[in-house]
Amino acid sequence: MSDGERLRMIEAVRETLRAELERDDDVVVYGEDVGRAGGVFRATQGLAEEFDDRVFDAPVAEAGIVGVGVGLAATGLRPVPEIQFQSFLYQGFHQLAQHVARMRSRTRGTVSCPMTIRTPYGGGIHALELHSESFEAGFAHVPGLQVVVPASPAETAGLLRSAIRDPDPVVFMEPTRLYRAAGESVPDDHEVPLGEARVVQPGDDVTVVAWGSMLKETLEAVEDVDGSVEVVDPRTLYPMDTATIVESVRKTGRCAVVHEAPKTSGLAGEIFARVNEEAFYHLEAPMERVTGYDVPVPMFAREDAYVPDAARIAEGIERTLE
Amino acid sequence: MPRETVAEFAVEEVQVLSEDETVDEELLPDLSDDELLEMYESMKRSRRLDERAISLQRRGELGTYAPAIGQEAAQVGSAYALADDDWVVPSFREGPALLVHGTPPEQMLQYALGMEEGAEIPGGTGALPPAIPVGSQPLHAVGIGWGEALQDRDNVAVTYFGDGATSEGDVYEALNFAGVYDAQTVFLCQNNQYAISTRIEKQTQAETLAQKAVAAGIEGIRVDGNDVLGVYRVAREAIRKARNGEPVLIEALTYRRSMHTTSDDPSAYREDEESEAWEARDPIVRLQVFLEDRGILDQELEEDIDERVEEEIADAIDAARAANEALDPADMFRHVYDEMPPELERQFEAFGGEADE
Repeated sequence: MSDGERLRMIEAVRETLRAELERDDDVVVYGEDVGRAGGVFRATQGLAEEFDDRVFDAPVAEAGIVGVGVGLAATGLRPVPEIQFQSFLYQGFHQLAQHVARMRSRTRGTVSCPMTIRTPYGGGIHALELHSESFEAGFAHVPGLQVVVPASPAETAGLLRSAIRDPDPVVFMEPTRLYRAAGESVPDDHEVPLGEARVVQPGDDVTVVAWGSMLKETLEAVEDVDGSVEVVDPRTLYPMDTATIVESVRKTGRCAVVHEAPKTSGLAGEIFARVNEEAFYHLEAPMERVTGYDVPVPMFAREDAYVPDAARIAEGIERTLE
Repeated sequence: MPRETVAEFAVEEVQVLSEDETVDEELLPDLSDDELLEMYESMKRSRRLDERAISLQRRGELGTYAPAIGQEAAQVGSAYALADDDWVVPSFREGPALLVHGTPPEQMLQYALGMEEGAEIPGGTGALPPAIPVGSQPLHAVGIGWGEALQDRDNVAVTYFGDGATSEGDVYEALNFAGVYDAQTVFLCQNNQYAISTRIEKQTQAETLAQKAVAAGIEGIRVDGNDVLGVYRVAREAIRKARNGEPVLIEALTYRRSMHTTSDDPSAYREDEESEAWEARDPIVRLQVFLEDRGILDQELEEDIDERVEEEIADAIDAARAANEALDPADMFRHVYDEMPPELERQFEAFGGEADE
C-alpha cells in the first residue's frame, strides 16, 4: 500500500493482513470462506492467491476454528482466524474462555496464545437474525482476553497490526456497518498501541465515551448539542484506558457512555464504576447511558429502533448538561 | 437409478498379548528387553503414583484426583511410541502418558495440590496441560499437528480422551479438521466403558468408537487397550502415518479400574463381577507374566523396580509439599497477560503484591 492511500475499513483490514503476512512468516489466516471467496465481506480477497501456504478456508465449525488456533499458537505460529459474524463466535466461546484466554496463566507463561480473532459485529446492515450482536462486554469479562473495536479505516489498520503482533489473544471486533463507509488516509505500517484511548474531539462541558459504529453516530449527534463535548474512543475495551476517561471527566464534570449492546451489564456500567472510583467528586450531574435495549437484537424491520441514533445520543448528552 | 451401496467400512482390532497370555509372534513389536522393562516400570510408576495420590486425597492433602488405574497400557504403550519432540495433548486422566513423555511426578502432584506450577509445560517436552472440559483438547492437537506441518517439521501430536468425549461436538470437529488439513495428529480414545457413571451403551449406539473416524474420512482402528504391546504396535504405525499427514483415530478398549475421580463412588453404578472380570485383564499383570515367561523379569528385579518407584514417588510427594508451602498467592496476577494491564496492576497492588525487579 502506498503511503497515505485512502482506504475503506474493509480495505484497511485486507491491506494490514497482507502486510503482516508479508512481514511475518508465522502469521496464518484462516476461517470460513476466507480463501477463494475472500471472506463474506471480502476482507481477505486475493490473500489466498498470494499466500497459498498461509491463508486457508476452514470447515464450517467455529469451535474448531478457535480451538485449532490454540494448537497453532503452541507450535509458534500467530493464528488470525476470521469468524464470519460475531454471533457465531458463541459456538467457539467455550474454546475462547476455557483455553485461549487461560493458556498463559494456567501454564505460568510456558504456553501462550497470541491469536487475533477477527469478527464483524453490530447492526446497521439489514442482515439476518444473529448477525448484528455486540457482545463486547461478554468477551471483556473473560480474564486473559483483550477486546479491540476500531472505528475508522486508519484506526483499523493501526489496531489490527498491534493485535497481530501482541503476545496475548485479542478479540478484534470490526463494526460491520462501517466496512464500506468513506475512505480515510492510512499511513504505511501504521500502529496504534492496544490499551490506549483516543480523545477524538476535545471539549469542556461533557465527556462522551463511544466506540465502533457508535463513535460515528456520536460525532454526528454532538453537532446538535448545545455545549462543548469531549468525545473519547477507548478503542481497546479490555484493557481499558481508564486514565484518559477519568482525566476527561475530571475536566468536564459530566459523562455519557454510548454503546449499541444491551444496557444491562453493558460496558457503560463498568465505565461508570471506574469514574465513580476515581472522579466521583468531580461529577456535576448524574452520568447517562445511551444503549441498545435489553432485548434480542431485532430483525432489520425494527433494527433502526434498537440501535442508538444521533437523536437519542444527543438527548442523552443533553440530559447530563441540564 | 436403483438403490446402491455407495460406501462400506470395516474396523480392525489388534491384539498382541492376549488375556490368556498367548502371544501373536508375528505382530510382536521389535523391542529390546530393556525397553520392555522400561514400559513395565512406567506402568508401575504410574499405578503407584495413583495409589499414593488417592490416599493423600483421602487424608485431605490433595484436591480431586483422577486416577488412571487400569488404563496404563493404553497410555504407556502409545506415549512410548512418541519421539521426544512430539506432543502429548492430554485430558485430565493422562498420568501414565505424561510420565512417559517427561512430566515429573512432582509436577503432577503439584497440579493435584491446586498449583498452576503443575500445568507448566515441562522443559524440553511438548505436553499441553490437562484439559478439564471434556473433549475440548483434540482440537488443540489438530492445531499442533497442522502447525508442525506448516512449518515443515514432522512432529506429531497425540491427543488423549475418553469414550464420553466422543459425544462432544469438538471431538468430531477435530477429526474433521484433521482430515481436511492433513494434520500430523493421532487421536487416542480410551474407551474405558464409563463416562463417570454413564455406560458406553448410553453414550452411543455406534458399535465401535474407532468408526467415528469414518465420518471424518480418516483412518480408525481398535486395539486391546490392556495389551501394552498391541497399543504400542498400533500407535507406532499411526504415528508413522501421522508424520506423513495422515491422521488416525485409535480406540483403545480398556477399563477404568478405580473411580472417575476421588469425588465419585463407582460402586453406585458398577457391578462387582464386572470389575473383577476386568481385574483379571490387568495390563500390568499381563506384561509381567509375559516378561517372566520370557525370562526378562524375575522376582528380584521386580522388587528392585518396586523399591525404586516407591522412593521416587515419596521424594516427589516431599518436593510437591515443599513447593506448596512456598506458594505465593500474588502469583495469580502475574501470568494473565504478558504485560500486566493497569487495572490488573491496581488490583495486584491492592492485594499486597509487589512489582517484580
